[in-house]
Amino acid sequence: MSSNVAGVLAVALLVAAIWVTYRPLGDYMHRTYTDQRHLRVERWIYRATGVNPDAGQRWPVYARSVLAFSLVSVLLLYLLERIQAHLPWNLGFSGVAPPLAWNTAVSFMTNTNWQAYSGESTMGHLVQMAGLAVQNFLSAAVGIAVAIAVVRGLARRRAPVASGAGSRDDVMGTGDELGNFWVDLTRTTIRILLPICAVAAIVLIAGGAIQNLHGNRVVDTLTGGHQAVTGGPVASQEAIKELGTNGGGFYNVNSAHPFENPTSWTNLFEIYLLLAIPFSLPRAFGRMVGDRRQGLAIVSVMAVLAIASFAVGAAFQAVHHGTVPTAVGAATEGTESRFGVPNSSLFASATTLTSTGAVNSFHDSYTSLGGASLLFNMMLGEIAPGGTGSGLYGMLVLAVITVFVAGLMIGRTPEYLGKRIGSREIRFAAMYFLITPILALLGTGVAVGLPGERASMLNSGAHGLSEVLYAFTSAANNNGSAFAGISVNTTWYNTALGLAMLLGRLLPMVFVLAMAGSFARQHPVPVTAGTLPTHRPQFAGMLGGIAVILVALTFFPALALGPLAEGIHA
Amino acid sequence: MFAHLPGWVRGHLAALRILLVFTVVVGLAYPLFILAIAQLPGLHDRAEGSLVADAKGRTVGSSLIGQSFTDAHGDPIAGYFQSRPSAAGDGYDPTSTSASNLGPEDVVDSFDDPATKDSDESRQSLLTQVCTRSHEIGVFDGVDGARPYCTASGVGAVLAVYHAKPGYQGPVARVISVNEQCPTRPFLTTYDGVKVSCRTLADDVAAGRQVLVRGDAPAHPAVPADAVTASGSGLDPQISAAYADLQTARVARARGLSVARVRTLVKEHTSGRALGFLGEPVVNVLNLNRALDALASARQ
Repeated sequence: MSSNVAGVLAVALLVAAIWVTYRPLGDYMHRTYTDQRHLRVERWIYRATGVNPDAGQRWPVYARSVLAFSLVSVLLLYLLERIQAHLPWNLGFSGVAPPLAWNTAVSFMTNTNWQAYSGESTMGHLVQMAGLAVQNFLSAAVGIAVAIAVVRGLARRRAPVASGAGSRDDVMGTGDELGNFWVDLTRTTIRILLPICAVAAIVLIAGGAIQNLHGNRVVDTLTGGHQAVTGGPVASQEAIKELGTNGGGFYNVNSAHPFENPTSWTNLFEIYLLLAIPFSLPRAFGRMVGDRRQGLAIVSVMAVLAIASFAVGAAFQAVHHGTVPTAVGAATEGTESRFGVPNSSLFASATTLTSTGAVNSFHDSYTSLGGASLLFNMMLGEIAPGGTGSGLYGMLVLAVITVFVAGLMIGRTPEYLGKRIGSREIRFAAMYFLITPILALLGTGVAVGLPGERASMLNSGAHGLSEVLYAFTSAANNNGSAFAGISVNTTWYNTALGLAMLLGRLLPMVFVLAMAGSFARQHPVPVTAGTLPTHRPQFAGMLGGIAVILVALTFFPALALGPLAEGIHA
Repeated sequence: MFAHLPGWVRGHLAALRILLVFTVVVGLAYPLFILAIAQLPGLHDRAEGSLVADAKGRTVGSSLIGQSFTDAHGDPIAGYFQSRPSAAGDGYDPTSTSASNLGPEDVVDSFDDPATKDSDESRQSLLTQVCTRSHEIGVFDGVDGARPYCTASGVGAVLAVYHAKPGYQGPVARVISVNEQCPTRPFLTTYDGVKVSCRTLADDVAAGRQVLVRGDAPAHPAVPADAVTASGSGLDPQISAAYADLQTARVARARGLSVARVRTLVKEHTSGRALGFLGEPVVNVLNLNRALDALASARQ
């Protein structure tokens, strides 16, 4: 069987696996967020932390809770990194330097997991487990919580009434509440992420991923040399790294490392894990708004964009246009032999289409146009299917924009799921959309304008620009993958990319919650003959088109100067 | 307990308490629970790192982590199958894992300027690295190491072409082979009727028009792709079946074994695609070399 045929079969298996779990996982998530009861362990957590789980939160309170939680998350992680030298299992590593500790703390809190450090030479086991991996869980849970809150805003069907404080109805609520952030956070972690991760971690160990607390064990190799075999709680962290679309590797080389991703089947399993939740959330969305077809429309747009993007990226890698790939005869630089080129491209597309940023091969060495397709995936705003939660709310914002554009074209008042899109709503949607391009392009522009920051590029010319553009696009979109040649562990890059990650995560969350808040307040408009149906292929096609056109218009000039210039010259 | 504090402080305290509770639940209880499960027979050896021993029972590494099979000078040992090139530290260093991160159009070498004593600015381009490896493997294994865009001596075949007028206009005035430092004879005698010269430190090769010389090497060279490219991890424990096949004759000769015997061992250490279609068929180099050593000690 040829490599390419095998690659197509691998994609077919992946699509089938996601297809099979779309319903059960989506339905399970729907149940999780509409359940009126609390599990015993959840009640225990609420009691221990003084949270009233039955109090609904309006959007400003929900947003403030997200921000407060984000702030203490950054602070605690920063503290753990700084005092590493005094913690157990530190492997002899000293505290992390302030700029790097800030960058890393922000990076993990924002679900970016950009890594300006090298895991095996910077972080001890305790910081990995109790610092970084905790944020792997919680940042993913925050993303899903916000998405669910946004869906609740759209789903509100009853007119606002005075909310009886403490009434059980408040989790779904009767007023303009969006739910309770602490409950959503806890349920996501306890009911969804933890059980799946526990199973996934054991599957990964069965494949060869390690789970121990050893330091480096130095062995004498066959030829009489020395080699340090590293240890660590890798499998437990690997599972949530993929499932939570985090991407922060235990090791510098992430999922290319044989201890993180030992075989070709663990590779496909990891790709499945990182796609599972983002692709199933639309089902939960459809159930929550009371119309499964709405979820199906959203997931179809995600799937079509994802498959198209993967096909394009994989084709560029298989054709291996470019000088070095032609000399080699294949785009194998930076890829593992057990995965091969097609399954490496598949991982690369999946990681950039979601907000994961884990890598099993090194994007910097991809063909120019293969690399450009990965950049394009991130620029798409990571909506196909996007990060855990962030993909769904990103897509819903685009759906609002699409309805608005369609409304302008046919001269009707735009509405989505019975909610009118007025100037307030469209303003929040527009601000949501603009924030990441502003951060990515402005950051890139400033970096290449500064001589010291230009020197961080490993490659020269157009490829050097691609490295910087990739870095800021990745940070602003909370992806975390890199054209890793660039030396970003400098005070300037750590600070600037840290800011890009922070603003790229929190501002869109606040805008989208504000939008949801104003949807929640509205009385739904009845469906009439003049209502634009948002579950038909026509709307799905338009939504996909709007997503691609908006991105193309925003980013084409930058892409033309970087990867396109490099790819077209020869 | 915190009722006397302002609301925003109480909000943050609640956030902190939730965070601390989850730090215990998912940051300690969860990984330690998985660690406990990992002690089960069948999982334990893998969780420990798939360590393997030589014929004498001495642990020599992990079957998942590749090794260099070179002598003290860094030269390949003929009796061992060779791993792929590695960008992890000095090669296969698990404490410094890395890919090369060099781009597809990285074709111009940098040379060290002896005038600046403090640092070594020399850096081989990715193209030259590929060409050099192919050339050396060709010599080592007795096959043709030629590749497209490579010179016969094993560097990137790249010219800087200077024109008489700006904007690459007018006749060609001067041509430099950018990856061949003087004194040497360039791989090409003339280009467009102009003599090709070797490169000196004074040359500004970025000012010239870059011309890549494809040469007449076959599109599918004898030395396989994985043999001339660094892996993503720098720890790739495996090589392609094609690269193992290429090395079989050399290893058999060095060890005084029949080619058929070595080929059988290679086959035993080849794993096909998982489920028949995931990934690529590969040969585990450390396990294969251990088997060769075990065979040798059994014969003694």
